[in-house]
Amino acid sequence: METIYFDHISGTTIHPEVKKTMINYINEHYGNPVSQHQLGDAASAALEAARQQVARLINAQPGEIVFTSGGTESVNHAIKGVAMATHDKGKHIITSNIEHQSVSKSLRMLMRMGYRVTSLSVDKYGVVNPKDVERAITKETVLVTIMHANNEIGTLEPIAEIGKITREKGVIFHTDAIASVGVIPFDVDEMGADLVSMAANQFYGPSGVGALYIRPKTRILPIIEGGMQENGQRAGSENMVGIIGMGKAAELAKREMPERIKHLSQLRQAWIERLTTIEAIDINGHPTNCLPHLVSFSVNFVEGESMILMLDEKGICASTRSACASGSLRASHVLIATGCDYAAAQGTLIFSFGITNTMEELDKAIAVLKDSVVFLRNMSPLYKKRAAS
Amino acid sequence: MQYSEIVMEHFKNPHNIGTMENPDGVGQVGNPVCGDMMKIMIKVKDDKIDDIKFETFGCGAAIAVSSMVTDMAKGKTIEEAMHITNKSVADQLGGLPKNKMHCSNLGADALHKAIQDYLDRKEGRVRRRPDEELEHISSHDKHCYCPYCDYDQPEQVAHCVRCGKPTVEHDHD
Repeated sequence: METIYFDHISGTTIHPEVKKTMINYINEHYGNPVSQHQLGDAASAALEAARQQVARLINAQPGEIVFTSGGTESVNHAIKGVAMATHDKGKHIITSNIEHQSVSKSLRMLMRMGYRVTSLSVDKYGVVNPKDVERAITKETVLVTIMHANNEIGTLEPIAEIGKITREKGVIFHTDAIASVGVIPFDVDEMGADLVSMAANQFYGPSGVGALYIRPKTRILPIIEGGMQENGQRAGSENMVGIIGMGKAAELAKREMPERIKHLSQLRQAWIERLTTIEAIDINGHPTNCLPHLVSFSVNFVEGESMILMLDEKGICASTRSACASGSLRASHVLIATGCDYAAAQGTLIFSFGITNTMEELDKAIAVLKDSVVFLRNMSPLYKKRAAS
Repeated sequence: MQYSEIVMEHFKNPHNIGTMENPDGVGQVGNPVCGDMMKIMIKVKDDKIDDIKFETFGCGAAIAVSSMVTDMAKGKTIEEAMHITNKSVADQLGGLPKNKMHCSNLGADALHKAIQDYLDRKEGRVRRRPDEELEHISSHDKHCYCPYCDYDQPEQVAHCVRCGKPTVEHDHD
């Protein structure tokens, strides 16, 4: 059975050129960049070339890029690293209600240590109001952390406006741009961010490698201590093969971005059009100010995990945030924050497209989805109740 | 996938789906807020469950449990059906992932509730008002349980006192 992959937000495929670069590297190199001999020098040169490729993707300097083990580590580093470095200044952090767990759980840990966290609410599209950020800043505030693109509903946040405010107020600003860097243009200076988290597996690089952009003079300490790798910000021998892959992926993303966005936006639009042929489906997130490759939609009267299982039976891979499918058995905090009701949140699916997806795949998927929805609604007491009333 | 082959088979081809006219007993448990909702209807003849149907809103496990529990109850006497437990349903399904054990509870609970409804009606107790269903949906007890091992916590705790995993608190309705 042919596999149709519509779960790129969980991790993209690896671009063939990235794969080739990684395999070539692993075949030829094994030196540690810190070593003082020729093999170390070769590894060091490859590492710095990758750093430059990633820096170019976000219009930064190579020296401002720290490689990590992925988006989650980048976020942990940004939040906990700033808290450790600035605890003498204050213990107040501002965030939003729709952040990824890597942000919210890092903050929860800090709350146990006496930090106060202001979590801002969002509008029905999931957008944070920059004025709320401004109002929430106090003398005690050491960090504002707001994501750039939401990974569940695709909405883009007004990061540039927030960055302007934090700069005026002299507060450090971290943005979790994991879902957006490498997908849409991101310029660290335009955004005004001091810290930016990103991950290679969002732009056709490998999993297990990411980066944290650190603006010079930002007060931040490492969270992983040891050797002097990564300019003293991240100890431990680098994941060289992963980093080489991330560098290549960044280079390709920068070069191919306009055509990728065009293709992905067409897929997104076409998928939304196909969804309108099924009754009682709501599209979540901002309709225009959003990621080009993600559609979150709620199929009323059915539950998400059962739809995912039925799609999977036919080779179609997508994602859900229903309570049943989550480890915590809680409905998605993002959907609830946007005012989506609990029952509709249960039937929410996330389709995220990639550069190799085609219109034919959308046609196959919509047919399977339609059958699944009919099958499940037919046994749903909620649907029956609605039909009766 | 995390499910056994039996679970997947019942999920893909569930038995006893649907509704019936003039059921002798109806049991409904859960609500969409929690993620699952299950309704079981029974027809009783000569003290035996002659026919049984279900309607379920829920995940793969919830649907497979509905199918299995209705299969197990069909043809059984009332007494025998009352002895079908959450555990026996889960066992018949070849086991369920730990964080899905609560789905099997819904199955046996819905069945037992349908039987209780039948017994109440037989004894001439007042039939349930049509709006009582709504009352049930909004009156979910505030309690804390572990989604992994399904242990009801004696008090509000962040981690299960038995297995140490994060608990779930029903505080949202």
